[in-house]
Amino acid sequence: MAVVFERPKSLCDVPLHYCPGCTHGIVHRLVAEVMDEMGIEGDTVGVCPVGCSVMAYNYFGCDMIEAPHGRAPAVATGVKRSNPDKFVFTYQGDGDLAAIGTAETVHAATRGENIVVIFINNTIYGMTGGQMAPTTRPGQVTQTTPFGRNPELAGYPVRVSEMLSTLTGVALAQRVAVDSVAHIREAKKAIRKAFENQKEKKGFSIVEVLSTCPTNWGLTPTDALKRLREEMIPYYPLGVYKDSVAGGND
Amino acid sequence: MKGNEALAEAAMRAGCKCFFGYPITPQTELAAYMAKRMNKNGGVFLQAESEIAAINMVLGAASTGVRAMTSSSSPGISLKSEGISYIAGSDLPCVIINVERGGPGLGGIQPSQADYWQATKGLAHGDFHLLVYAPASVQEMVDMVIKAFDKADTYRMPAMILADGLLGQMMEPVTFPEIEQKTHDKSSWAANGHKGQREHHIINSLYLTPEELERTVVERFAKYDTIKQTETDAELYMTEDADILVCAFGATARVVKSAVNEAREMGIKAGMFRPKTVWPFPVNELQEASKNASQILSVEMSMGQMIDDIKLALNCSKPVEFFGRTGGVIPTPAEVLAKIKAMGGNK
Repeated sequence: MAVVFERPKSLCDVPLHYCPGCTHGIVHRLVAEVMDEMGIEGDTVGVCPVGCSVMAYNYFGCDMIEAPHGRAPAVATGVKRSNPDKFVFTYQGDGDLAAIGTAETVHAATRGENIVVIFINNTIYGMTGGQMAPTTRPGQVTQTTPFGRNPELAGYPVRVSEMLSTLTGVALAQRVAVDSVAHIREAKKAIRKAFENQKEKKGFSIVEVLSTCPTNWGLTPTDALKRLREEMIPYYPLGVYKDSVAGGND
Repeated sequence: MKGNEALAEAAMRAGCKCFFGYPITPQTELAAYMAKRMNKNGGVFLQAESEIAAINMVLGAASTGVRAMTSSSSPGISLKSEGISYIAGSDLPCVIINVERGGPGLGGIQPSQADYWQATKGLAHGDFHLLVYAPASVQEMVDMVIKAFDKADTYRMPAMILADGLLGQMMEPVTFPEIEQKTHDKSSWAANGHKGQREHHIINSLYLTPEELERTVVERFAKYDTIKQTETDAELYMTEDADILVCAFGATARVVKSAVNEAREMGIKAGMFRPKTVWPFPVNELQEASKNASQILSVEMSMGQMIDDIKLALNCSKPVEFFGRTGGVIPTPAEVLAKIKAMGGNK
């Protein structure tokens, strides 16, 4: 019988701990497929900081480092600077990357660290039970914005891809989503491009992936995907914000 | 050679491949020295955006098995404490330099030893220790950096050089010893790409099962027990017949040695005990040094922190007095001598 679908070699054969309907599984798979296609699993070090994906060290087949909250880009910098011939990626959530780790993110980007950052934006702190993230949309209800995020009290969300696209050291800043087959294919192409950039020493590449958190949004997986499509994408438009290889704004 | 520069040169000779730092007085010459030489010598010098980033860059480099170091001064070490706890919890070797200045808060920029408790007892959250060396001269800074890299690799744990602004800024002649490059095999744990030839390596300090976390901590403490037996080091100066034993570490010990010499000239049987390792604290060495003493005096550039370890080591069997200056004020030999005289030592 012909095999039509199987686990990527770069993913370990273990059960994932993610909630039903969570899109982390899809993104893990895309990263692993890219490692398989490029044949780089044995030359890659992944860095996963605190957040829902903190235990991704058990899932990716490459060597893995668990980093303190927000510090993955600094840890990745240490790995890459001492091993420039290895592939290094971080896999970070929005609270991690855009709140507690903003300094590490912005400075790794502006230095043009030759690493890949996979940024999961689901507008909420998932692991701690659904608090407001720096990406939580105005009006969005979370545990710590029980009446909806009021920008007068809690400030405005940060658009990470747009912000980082202003930095000279950034080779690629692209926002993708995993709500449909077409978007998932786009997302994989972006991740592949980010790893290719690293191979060609182009600098810092970030792929922001709009994702869902059905558990903490209080929605079914299908309704969560609907919300991603109807509420998140209009606020966080998909697209390439910087591509220095294709002729970006630097 | 200036103390801070000697630390940097010694680190490079000891095989340090990566230095990550952030500017802070009074240790900045160390980073400046590294910036001139490190990249030319095939190593990595990188000025980080923060102390926090610097220690996490060390975490990343150390995870791949290379020798890595960061340096700072007191307020900067506080910022690094999170990363140091992760490094300890992940069993990674590295070297951390603290050229202490006065605190708390922003404090001052003059020499201090007020980070003794921080370095030896409470550097960050969780059950763990660092190896902590306390040099008293520029030569000792050189020797201890070389030793710190070796022991950090041997025990897979962070090691600290607890210096102070006086030593960092001091110029003294130094000789760099021939270094016997011991090879530490890190292939069983380093995360530097498995090449398809082994299981993937995981550098991690997260254990959600309490029994599993307990096991890792207990194993680490078994290692600490070995270190307490084998790695203590101290200088005993005129202790054989000493009636008043003066204890001091680091630059303060140089002041104390002058005071002890003057006391001896006056006929007071004074001696000096100087721990070179402050964790592990040289308990047996102190017991030996104090065997004929009726009184102990701890002299520190703080309000009195090492004095706790002295009392514990002696089980409070002898009276322990304290003299110290803090905030960046360096005690003088005359002040220490006056304290020794006031204790009324036997002639």
